[in-house]
Amino acid sequence: MADFKIAIVGSGPGGMSAAAHAAELGISHVLLESTDHLSDTIYKYQKGKHVMDEPQVLPLRSPLDFVAGTREHILEVWNTQVAGHNTNVKYNTEVTEISGSKGDFTIKTKSGETITAEFVVMGIGLQGNLRKLGVEGEDLDMVQYQLDDPDEYADETIVVIGAGDAAIENALALTKQNTVIIVNRKDEFSRAKQGNEDGINKAIDTNVIEPYYNSNTVRVEQFDTPLGSGEIGKIVLATKNGEAEVNCHRIIARLGAIAPRRFVQSCGIEFPSDDPAAVPALTNQYESNVSGLYIVGALAGYPLIKSAMNQGYEVIEFIEGNDVEPADEPLLKEKFRKFSARNKNMSVNDVLDMITTNVPLLSGLTTLQLREFMIDSDMRTPAEGEIIFERNDFTNTFYSIVSGEVQVQINPKDPSQRISLSKGAFFGEMSLISGHRRSATILAGRNCVLIETPRRSMNKTISSVESVKRVIDEAFLMRALQAKIAPNTPVEKLQSVISTATLKSFKAGEVLFNEGDEGDSLHLVRVGSLTVSKTVGGKEVVLSYLPAGNYVGEMALFGDSHRSATIRAAVATETICLDGDAFRKLADEDDDVRKRVQEVIDSRKQVNVQMEDNSDSGTIISFLVEQGLGEATDVLLIDESLCVRCDNCEKACAETHYGTSRLDREAGPTFASIHVPTSCRHCEHPHCMQDCPPDAIHRAENGEVYIANNCIGCGNCQRNCPYGVIQMAMVSKKHKSSLVSWLLTGAGLAPGDCNLKKAKQDPDAKKMAVKCDMCKDMPGGPSCVRACPTGAAIRVNPSEFMSVTNLENY
Amino acid sequence: MMHQSLFVYSGYRYFKLSMLLIIASVVAYAIHAPVDGPNGGTWLGYTLGGLGAFLILLLMWFGIRKRSYKSSMGKVEGWLSAHVYLGLALIVIATLHAGFQVGWNLHTLAYVLMFIVIFSGIFGVYAYLRYPELMTKNRRGNTLELMLIEMSELDRECREAASQLTDEINKCILESSEKTKIGGSIRQQLSGRPQNCATQAAFNKVTELNKSLPKEMADDASRLMTLLGKKCELVQRACRDVQYKAMMDIWLYFHVPLSFALLAALIAHVVSIFFYW
Ligand SMILES: Cc1cc2nc3c(=O)[nH]c(=O)nc-3n(C[C@H](O)[C@H](O)[C@H](O)COP(=O)(O)OP(=O)(O)OC[C@H]3O[C@@H](n4cnc5c(N)ncnc54)[C@H](O)[C@@H]3O)c2cc1C
Ligand code: HEM
Ligand code: HEM
Ligand code: SF4
Ligand code: SF4
Repeated sequence: MADFKIAIVGSGPGGMSAAAHAAELGISHVLLESTDHLSDTIYKYQKGKHVMDEPQVLPLRSPLDFVAGTREHILEVWNTQVAGHNTNVKYNTEVTEISGSKGDFTIKTKSGETITAEFVVMGIGLQGNLRKLGVEGEDLDMVQYQLDDPDEYADETIVVIGAGDAAIENALALTKQNTVIIVNRKDEFSRAKQGNEDGINKAIDTNVIEPYYNSNTVRVEQFDTPLGSGEIGKIVLATKNGEAEVNCHRIIARLGAIAPRRFVQSCGIEFPSDDPAAVPALTNQYESNVSGLYIVGALAGYPLIKSAMNQGYEVIEFIEGNDVEPADEPLLKEKFRKFSARNKNMSVNDVLDMITTNVPLLSGLTTLQLREFMIDSDMRTPAEGEIIFERNDFTNTFYSIVSGEVQVQINPKDPSQRISLSKGAFFGEMSLISGHRRSATILAGRNCVLIETPRRSMNKTISSVESVKRVIDEAFLMRALQAKIAPNTPVEKLQSVISTATLKSFKAGEVLFNEGDEGDSLHLVRVGSLTVSKTVGGKEVVLSYLPAGNYVGEMALFGDSHRSATIRAAVATETICLDGDAFRKLADEDDDVRKRVQEVIDSRKQVNVQMEDNSDSGTIISFLVEQGLGEATDVLLIDESLCVRCDNCEKACAETHYGTSRLDREAGPTFASIHVPTSCRHCEHPHCMQDCPPDAIHRAENGEVYIANNCIGCGNCQRNCPYGVIQMAMVSKKHKSSLVSWLLTGAGLAPGDCNLKKAKQDPDAKKMAVKCDMCKDMPGGPSCVRACPTGAAIRVNPSEFMSVTNLENY
Repeated sequence: MMHQSLFVYSGYRYFKLSMLLIIASVVAYAIHAPVDGPNGGTWLGYTLGGLGAFLILLLMWFGIRKRSYKSSMGKVEGWLSAHVYLGLALIVIATLHAGFQVGWNLHTLAYVLMFIVIFSGIFGVYAYLRYPELMTKNRRGNTLELMLIEMSELDRECREAASQLTDEINKCILESSEKTKIGGSIRQQLSGRPQNCATQAAFNKVTELNKSLPKEMADDASRLMTLLGKKCELVQRACRDVQYKAMMDIWLYFHVPLSFALLAALIAHVVSIFFYW
């Protein structure tokens, strides 16, 4: 007989709600939590954080309450209610192993205890456990593994351990008031974001921070009485030159967290791919491939508190054999309302079935995946002739055709040239994958019913469902070849080329091939961008910059088996690699292909000659690529030979955005008087969009990447942006200034003045992520540029900017 | 074209406009031959005066447009381009309006104020053209704040290096860290040079004392001198940075208040004219 019927691992919103519901129903259960309090993820939010209850339309179904409020209030409510339901919680119990299956699970804990249960519900979230030093003294009071507010400490000697972004950011922030020493296991900081790496290296070069490289912690000791100079303990390090001791007040170790994935896999749970975005496949009832083992919450792919709580409730019902209607049913009903009304009042399940039958692409999804997919998506029934999207729009949603058809305008010069796509087909994958503008205008046809899916859900589906990935990649390949190389070749002929094609990925800076190498394959850039360089007079000179949609290696067509230039990935890049023989065969059969390639070769030769004469342009390209412009779609540059440092751009930004400037004019590197301030680059594939729990970051039609109002202030995007352009700020809609009263009486806020104190007094102010939105709602465009008195501030599209003609004129 | 300075803004639009105004005024002035000689009281005088007053109001409006961050009425760059060229055209327009008749009176006060404002503006343009680039070069990729942090770090190292040296040396090191001033009064800011620099003094002092130091202190002393030398260079660059910024700002403290004075004088001038009537 097992100890408990249900063992629940992890007391986050998901696990806690499950346990409370089990308690409510009188089912024998235990809730295992590794820390000494409930819900560690929320416990660790910043003090006073306003926790939001997105998505607001979703009803809550849990024995525990949850409405938006402060972190403290919410935790207090949960603590009382969990106790009130007589929930059986076992704290300080970290689960390290789960084995067995339905009816007979054995759970081992870190302290060596064994617990048995018939069912297991796993709700351990995604945060993982913070890595500790793993040496004697790791739990002393002077050692901490987090840092909330660097300004809290002053006049201390602080040792920061770690080489990642968190360690560097903490170290730099602490230098303002303290003496900081950083300990790195390796001999450089290359793991960090470019900005942080530059920052820490500069701080070390200028002796602001003292580094210990190639050093490992041996132990930490606290003194019985503090030293005369105040240090309360010491850290002992093993360095290349033997042991070193550093006296200090405090040790901050930022060693990252151990992602729970490995542990989850060790329990027998399978992930569909290695992609970090992949979510384990679950049945409708949240059961994993291990029967009797259920997964809820963030780990199951639902990164918000409310949905985690609902699942906790539902999973207990499912285990009890009750087939409850999922909490999202009303949402789907509402979503399908218009469509159902027209189709004999089809039920939600009928519509879902119809989608699976009509759209082969989606047939590989489990019902649970499809439900979630549909909650994020929109069901559209556009009138005939309505524009779905226009060529050159920057949107990135994905469309599947449920019924009817759409018309694709394949020739921008002649709108009447169209092909149609019908039931079961899909479109929009080109922009989704490449991050580029739409390549064609699409109009609705007769009886058209479409599913429009946002980028995030689509990406999640692609990485979680193998068949979806395969089909989309193939379609992309075919359409890319047609668009870029062989528009007039019949599909059957292309098929043979495609069968030789492979997808290759390259890290930023990685070489595709070197000048002089043997090789004849052709690379078509699918994602990212490339630089082309040659060795001139012993030095590598960058000749040009090629954004996605271009290809390299075309010389192979003419039997030249030596590469004429070195090609490097400017940012993380994926290419479609075509075999040389297949490509030559294609060109032999189709003269049009040969002609097109010849044209490209000719124009490149011209550019190369121009560039070799003008090697400055090459160095500027290299500099800009280093600053990450290789993945930018729109970036603010400042010509420092014109910039009079009046900061009118920042003031304009603050004034038009509730008092917080989203750009830092002075920060950022300069080369040949081109200054790249710290400001959003509106990346092709915005890193900030990864892991935004409420999916609040979007791309607007003109390419603006912006953060919508449903941001919950978690700070993930700030961490994910490699360019450090996102700030967490108190946003008060009451921020107002008055030119007249300031001019006449000097009272009130001057325009452009940002006064966060006033914003804080506003009880409705909330802490949100803010960044440049390119003033998308402002007539006249970006206010920074409009406010610059000398014309020094400009916004450019890097792929246009980094061309010879433009750089020569700069 | 992606990038242009305010002088070439929109294909020299405002340069062309002011040339047009200047030529038209000169031609009209040459053709026009009033009985009692050219002056502000003729029809042409009134026209040019009115035009001048309008331009002055327009130029002053720039200060408002510059702060109307939500306005979509042209770019500030375009406004400044117009400001500079039309401001220069005023020299001709106002002079012709007055028919070269200047004297010791209220009218001439407005005229003189206008000239001071215009010349301060010309200096401003000169500063805007000259200093931005110098500033970038002088900073070598740093910001002023970083330079200051670097200095305090050098101070720490100096104290360390001096710890085994004489009290006298320690005293001037302390002074160097406490009394070195970057910026200061407007005059000091504009000079671009550190005034009575404590760091320079320390450097000189240590150089002098170095000769009489015992051998075992030589290493520390020479390290100290390298550090002080570095700091001196840094202090100089920081002062220069402050100077450049000051040069780009100082003239506005004349330009703007005097433009208000000009406005007042202009109103007085116009009122007095109607009073004469
Ligand atoms: C800074 C921040 C702000 C956020 N703000 C909001 C917001 O305002 N609104 C919102 O809806 N969502 C917000 N989120 C997202 C939300 O916190 C998560 O989606 C939610 O906590 C997920 O719940 P969960 O039950 O899946 O797991 P978690 O809440 O992550 O809980 C997992 C629990 O399991 C425990 N655990 C882990 N491993 C083990 C183990 N091996 N053995 C035993 N116990 C273990 C952990 O200690 C923890 O208590 C925010 C997230 C962050 C990081
Ligand atoms: C609304 C606009 C203006 C009107 C109606 C106006 C009118 C006049 C008149 C009627 C005179 C002749 C006075 C006389 O001869 O005694 C005059 C002279 C003069 N005005 Fe103006 N004026 C105007 C704007 C300006 C401006 C913008 C300036 C320059 C800043 C200016 C500077 C002068 C000067 C210097 C004289 C000569 C004074 C003299 O004769 O001693 N005026 N103006
Ligand atoms: C009578 C004529 C003029 C008047 C009344 C005038 C008035 C003003 C005013 C009110 C400002 C606003 C400053 C601020 O608010 O920050 C300004 C700015 C300025 N003016 Fe003038 N001005 C005149 C002529 C000129 C001329 C002839 C030039 C140049 C040749 C000039 C160059 C400038 C410049 C460069 C600025 C600063 C722009 C900035 O940095 O914001 N002005 N002027
Ligand atoms: S905020 Fe997003 S889009 Fe902007 S630079 Fe950072 S990652 Fe790119
Ligand atoms: S926008 Fe940023 S801070 Fe806001 S919810 Fe998304 S990831 Fe979190």
